[in-house]
Order: sequence, then structure tokens, then C-alpha cells
Amino acid sequence: MTSRLEFWQGNTACAEGALAAGCTFFGGYPITPSTEVAEHMAAKLPKKGGVFIQMEDEIAGIASIIGASWTGARAMTATSGPGFSLMMENIGFAAMTETPCVIINVQRGGPSTGQPTMSAQGDMMQARFGSHGDYAIIALCPATVQEMYELTVKAFNLADKYRVPVFLMADETIGHMREKILIPDKVEQIGRKPLAPGTLPFKADADLIPGFGQFGTGHHIHVTGLTHDERGYPCATNPKLHFALVQRLVDKIENARDEMADYDIINPGATKVFIAYGAPVRTVQQVMHDKKDPDIGFLRIRTVWPFPEKALARFRNARAFFVPEMNLGQIAREIERHVKVPVISIPKLGGELHTPADLIAAVEAHQ
Amino acid sequence: MSFEDWYRQDRLPHIYCAGCGNGTIINCTLAAIDQMGWKKEETIFVSGIGCSSRAPGYILTDSLHTTHGRAIAFATGVKMANPNLNVVVFTGDGDLAAIGGNHFIHACRRNIDITVVCMNNQIYGMTGGQGSPTTPLGCLSSTTPFGCTESPFDLCELAMAAGANYVSRWTSYHVKELEKAVKAGLETPGFSFIEALVQCPTAFGRRNKFRQVADHVEYLKSHSLLKAKRDRMLENHEMIPDDMFVVGELTRRNRPAMGVKP
Repeated sequence: MTSRLEFWQGNTACAEGALAAGCTFFGGYPITPSTEVAEHMAAKLPKKGGVFIQMEDEIAGIASIIGASWTGARAMTATSGPGFSLMMENIGFAAMTETPCVIINVQRGGPSTGQPTMSAQGDMMQARFGSHGDYAIIALCPATVQEMYELTVKAFNLADKYRVPVFLMADETIGHMREKILIPDKVEQIGRKPLAPGTLPFKADADLIPGFGQFGTGHHIHVTGLTHDERGYPCATNPKLHFALVQRLVDKIENARDEMADYDIINPGATKVFIAYGAPVRTVQQVMHDKKDPDIGFLRIRTVWPFPEKALARFRNARAFFVPEMNLGQIAREIERHVKVPVISIPKLGGELHTPADLIAAVEAHQ
Repeated sequence: MSFEDWYRQDRLPHIYCAGCGNGTIINCTLAAIDQMGWKKEETIFVSGIGCSSRAPGYILTDSLHTTHGRAIAFATGVKMANPNLNVVVFTGDGDLAAIGGNHFIHACRRNIDITVVCMNNQIYGMTGGQGSPTTPLGCLSSTTPFGCTESPFDLCELAMAAGANYVSRWTSYHVKELEKAVKAGLETPGFSFIEALVQCPTAFGRRNKFRQVADHVEYLKSHSLLKAKRDRMLENHEMIPDDMFVVGELTRRNRPAMGVKP
């Protein structure tokens, strides 16, 4: 297999990854620092027979991709903080109706309009819990331009396999960074499990995932955000049915966390362990390179939701976990739920990356 | 046509109140679709939230019952991703003109090839009778207990100004005219908007001196002003009473459209 070397911006790599994955529909609304994804899709998609449509707002953007997805399209949108907030209601709709779709969030400083051009990771909890009610989603975090490409491809495959909204939770740093990227000739495409004729459209198989009854193929499927039975019919006042439906929507993702877990482990015997995702990965890498200390471990996470908690147990000698994030410790708190040793959050707000000195100072302060 | 062919028999009985006008509008729409010869497999109904938006759940096609106000945005995705599908949106005055107003005007501007049928009962029926953007001045609702003080939207004027290719308005009294209007809308490439004024005895009628369903339907009939007559009155510089609404085909044109079947 041959591959080709390019020097691309992260947002370009994301759009190219989507194209390689067979994305045929983009509906969105421009917002810094994600706009280059939309611009690239606007230029490239129509030439490949796909559809790019700039909607009137982010609410319409996600609505359009959900509609497109039901016609069988691999559909995506791209946004940042304020647009992500606007999308929340329809993200819940996608979770409830088990609609495969991909949402790129190139995170910027919040809350509110905040820092449009600066980097942040402040939407990590919003990605997991932002819409009302209980549900589960998948969120991936790239730390390189290469991963902007690869994880976008992966996002489409996971969305189709699990019938769930999948988030690429990038940040401004990775979205706007330019670096070397190796483009493979071909990428893996895992499609949707089709609805078997005669099967109820929302009756799940053993994997808790129902077959997909694509619009226009004669299934006469009714899709509703109301609590629905296996026929897809509204059934909103049946307590047992609602409990079972929501539990299944959560379990189909949470039970598969080990299967989809994507992380790297360095020095599993270390007593001091960094955990990072997204841009802070790069600072930890610099510290690892500078220190060359076998007593410093590193867990680099790509699938942040569902959180790959089993990875934590691999660090059996760990006396403390150090978690640099460009927020006030959103994932550090998640890690605290799973370990008995101290979890030291190293927050950084304002849009600048952690420096290696920031991380070393935090480790030394703990000793 | 046989209505039984188009309805999901296993979903009956429906949720609509006795005397509701929505069923009339749904029947007219299905009759028009039947005349078009559209197949169930290639026809998609999309809706938002409200009484009118429950309609797709009773129809035996693929259907998408979405979030409040967003039906047209979802429908845009369906139609653009597969222009071979026929896409019809059922909506109401609250869904379309309040929370969904922005999507409505932009779909008109894009002139996307879908047909939107709005059941305008001038109130929020499902939530128990709150005022909507089309509640007439002075009318009572649970949130306008002293009479509505805001001017109502003219949804057809809005659609025409925003660029829709086909616009017409009728009422639940005018079933034959409405059926023809929906058919004309389905035939017209681009965005088609059909507003149907309907009675809502439960939430609107009982608060606004329509003790009988027939009284309200009679009111809708007697306060309809045919477009041709309105135009003549304008020519003659006659006053058009405030409580009349213009019915008929208000526009049919051929602006460039999006998502038209190839």
C-alpha cells in the first residue's frame, strides 16, 4: 500500500478524513476556529457528488445532518463552543433516535463567546452530558494533524456501527496547526447493520443495536424523539418501557467501552503518571522526552467518552496521576471516580498551551 | 383512493380531540398525494412538535417526528441528501412561526423543493391553549387572559416575501379547494406553503365564544376573503376589514429552486 505525504492544517486533515471515509453530506454554520472544515467540504464535496449546505444556524446544521443520515448518507457538521451549545437539543434527538452522525467540535475558550481564536478543552463534559436526559455518546480527541484525519474516519465508523452521534473533540491548537501527515491510499469503512425485513425497526439485537431502516427503502419507519416502542411508535407514559429504552441507549455504548478504547501507555510501572488528551498530549511528550525518567508514566487517551477506565489499572505502581487539561479539571474529576490515589489536575485557561515547566512544577509541588 | 391504505391502522385511536380540524387537513393532503401517484416508499413526512406534528406518526410511510420548530431543517437534510424522495412537512403555527420562524424563511429563500402544510389553529393546542404568533388581537388564551395584545403574523405574506414558489391559504371548511392547493404545491418545484386555518375547540374555541365546533368552522368560512375579491376591493379603494383573511392561491412562480428531483 502506498501513501502520500502532505503538510496540512488540522482542520483540512479532518475534512479530508471525512471525504476518505465516504462522507456525502455536510450541513453546518461557520464558526471560528472550525470554519476551515466547512470551507474545505464546500470546495470538495460537490465535486465528489456529495452535498454541502450552509444552514441558517447550528440548530439547523445538526438537524440537516440527522435528516440526511436517515436517507443513508454519511453526514457531518463542524462547529465550536457557541454552536455546540445550540446543537444540544438535536444531539439528544440523535441519541434517542439512534441516528449515526459525526460532529466536529474545534474547541475554543468559553463560556459564552469567550475566546474565539484561542484554544481550550472546556466542552468535554458538555459533549458527554450536554443534552437533557440520560444517554451516551462517543467522543474522540486528536492530538496531531494525523489524528485529525484518522479519528475523523474512525468517528464515521463508530457512528455507523453503534448508531450514535460521535464527536471529534479537537481544540484550536490541533485544528489550526500545520504539520506532516501521511495519507493512506484507502481507509476502512464499517457501514450500518441494515434492518432485516420483517424485523421491528427499534428492536435491538444481542449487541443492543437495532438494524438501520434507511428512508426510501420501503420500511415505512416512524422515527420520533418521543419515548418509543420497538415499532418506533410513541409510548411516552409507560415507565418500564422508558427505563428499558434509556438503559439500552446507554448500555450499547458503555458496555462497549473496552472494545472501542483507544489509548497508548508508556512506562506502566511508573509511580508518577501523566494522563492527557488533545493538545496537552504534546506538552507531556516534551516532558517525557526531556526527562527520560522511567518513573514517569503516560496515558495518552484518544477515546475520552466512553472513558477507558481499564487503562488506569495498568499503572499498578501509580502513586499520583497528573492531568493537564485546558479546562478546570473536567476529565481529572472523571479519573478520580476510578482510582484511589491522588489525581492532580493541572488546569490551564486562557488559550495558551501548558509549557513543559508547568507540568514539571506540578509534579515537583506534589512530592 | 382508500384512506386505509395510507394510515397506520395499528396506531389508532389518534390523539386528536373531538371536533379537531387537523384530520381534515391530513385527509386533504393524503388525497392530493394520492392524485400525484406518489408511492409510499418514496414519500417522507417530517414534523416538529405540536398537535399537527403528530400527523406523520399516523401515516404509513417513512416519517421523522423531530424537535420543536426544526422540522424544515431536518426536511432540508432529507431532501438535499436524496432529491428523489418526496418530502412533505406538517407543522402548526407555534412550531412554524414562533420557534421555527428562522428555518421557515430560510427554506423559502433557498426555495427548497418541499411542501409545507401548516395547520394554523391560532393557539398552542397540545400544551393547553397558550397564545401563539398567529393568535388574533383581542383573543383569549391561557397566556393572554386579558386578550392578545400582539399583532399576529400573516404566514403567507411571510412565505411570499421570503421567496417561496407556491403559497396558498384555505380553511378546514374549504376541503376541495385545500386538496387542489396541496396538489398544486406538490406539483410546483421549489418551496410550497399551504396554510390551513383550523378550528381547535378544546383550546381556542371554548375560550373565544365558539361553543360549537360548527360555529368556528362557520366563522372561518364567513371571514374568508377570496384573493380575487380582495384584489378588486383594493382596486376600488375599499376598506378590507381587519378580521378577514385572504384565501386562495396567493402566488405561483418559478424562482430557481434547490433539491428538485433530477
